[in-house]
Amino acid sequence: MQDILVVADLSKTYATGFSALKNIHLAIRKGEIFALLGPNGAGKTTLISIICGIVNPSAGTVRVDGHDIIRDYRAARSLIGLVPQELTTDAFETVWGTVSFSRGLFGRAPNPGHLERVLKALSLWDKKDNKIITLSGGMKRRLMIAKALSHEPQILFLDEPTAGVDVVLRHDMWELVRSLRDTGVTIILTTHYIDEAEEMADRIGVIHKGEIILVDEKSELMRKLGRKQLVLQLQQPLRQLPAALSAYALELSANGCELTYTYDTQSERIGITALLDDLGDTGILFKDLHTTESSLEDIFVSLVRDDR
Amino acid sequence: MNIHAVRAIYKFEMARTWRTVMQSIISPVISTSLYFVVFGAAIGSRIPEVGGVSYGTFIVPGLVMLSLLTQSISNASFGIYFPKFTGTIYELLSAPVSYVEIVLAYVGAAATKSIVLGLIILATAALFVPLRIDHPLWMILFLLLTAVTFSLIGFIIGIWADGFEKLQAVPLLIITPLTFLGGSFYSIDMLPPLWQTVALFNPVVYLISGFRWSFYGLSDVSVALSLTMTAFFLLVALAIVAWIFKTGYRLKI
Ligand SMILES: Nc1ncnc2c1ncn2[C@@H]1O[C@H](COP(=O)(O)OP(=O)(O)OP(=O)(O)O)[C@@H](O)[C@H]1O
Ligand SMILES: [Mg+2]
Repeated sequence: MQDILVVADLSKTYATGFSALKNIHLAIRKGEIFALLGPNGAGKTTLISIICGIVNPSAGTVRVDGHDIIRDYRAARSLIGLVPQELTTDAFETVWGTVSFSRGLFGRAPNPGHLERVLKALSLWDKKDNKIITLSGGMKRRLMIAKALSHEPQILFLDEPTAGVDVVLRHDMWELVRSLRDTGVTIILTTHYIDEAEEMADRIGVIHKGEIILVDEKSELMRKLGRKQLVLQLQQPLRQLPAALSAYALELSANGCELTYTYDTQSERIGITALLDDLGDTGILFKDLHTTESSLEDIFVSLVRDDR
Repeated sequence: MNIHAVRAIYKFEMARTWRTVMQSIISPVISTSLYFVVFGAAIGSRIPEVGGVSYGTFIVPGLVMLSLLTQSISNASFGIYFPKFTGTIYELLSAPVSYVEIVLAYVGAAATKSIVLGLIILATAALFVPLRIDHPLWMILFLLLTAVTFSLIGFIIGIWADGFEKLQAVPLLIITPLTFLGGSFYSIDMLPPLWQTVALFNPVVYLISGFRWSFYGLSDVSVALSLTMTAFFLLVALAIVAWIFKTGYRLKI
């Protein structure tokens, strides 16, 4: 698939001397949903701000659909819609006024029909004549999205779109993001809710201390890093593991009723069949079994915790 | 040229005026009226004519200039400072607009407002004292040049300021004194010789002198010099704005 956004060798050192980004290389494919994960202060917002033209890069290049963001900023920026992390709005402007303003600012001729569709999709249509100051926090967040969509961007940046949004709305927002993707919009989002990335993203990137430490397909990532566990509920409590089963590195629960086998989904031979055979041979009977899979959250935590 | 963007910003800025119509239009009109009551009627009646016009009439161009300068600066500085303060500037910085377009829109809106205000003050003045305008086209030209120049200066202040104190300090500590000392209420030749020389270093003298000439044909310095100096200030302001944008000074981090 074609890359719509290419970040090469990008670095940012703030005036304080703090190096927020270090030699970032990243390519975003056209039409994908890309989730950028990283702990607080990792550099997510800095990266997005550079791509959108709010922060100057210290080194490196960014190309948006082939347009350099500095030399060819008009073409590059026209393609981008940004929903920033902070809720910043003109309190006394109306909803309709502010989305019209955004559209104009991005060089598009007025198109009330499009703005109406956007506001309706974000359940803001009935608020269109209200002043922004009268909106709730979640409504303001949706308004920021409406502003970003007002000029029909090809790439949408969502910097923590669901922070402070209620559960129902969060699902609505996921729905919206998916339907945007279906219309061909490329979406790059940051989030601290790992389930959100797990739910939506096609690919996931992890940034940590200003460096991209991992980029992969979500499914691939879960497969590679995912570990599965087989949990057996025993019929009779077991006091001690038989020596015959020592090869499996089993864990026995304290009450002796549960056996846990951890295996790697990557390896050639998972060993479940052999284990079950050996269990039968030693006469251990089980009444139930289930498997669990480590979540993206576990993966994420194990990636960034090491050097904390 | 992203004409839609220029229009959007201009419209937004003008809408802000209507939301704050009390502060933007009515309060300057009231304060100007007070000047007329105090200087024109109360004190002015005891002051002889200046250059053949009554004192009340004489101070009109100076009063208009006083409002034009302070309002141009405060409109433009506030217009660009406020988005910086609230954070909405992110949208401006991420939009496909050039610096020229940004300046055109913000400075255009600020200058429009102060020109409208200047004309309102003129109309208010006409209620108090007899007015005549000998050179209306020149009057408009000076009005325009001054409004644009000082809106540019206001824009620079708005970008430079990182707090409300700084935003107010320049108009209060520099512009207002210069305007008062620049001949709003007197003719430079009323000053002792030494102070006449000092006054020539005050840029506002040239603006007021030229503007007053367009009304009554009276001037402290030659009109050509006034015009040259006004154009020179405009160029200086433009050069500073160009430099700000070239370096991204205080706009981008
Ligand atoms: N203007 C600035 N000057 C100096 N340092 C800054 C500036 N802005 C951000 N930083 C620093 O750069 C680092 C990255 O910040 P950034 O906002 O990109 O993090 P983030 O990944 O978006 O974090 P979060 O999840 O909290 O939003 C942080 O250590 C932050 O303190
Ligand atoms: Mg952030």
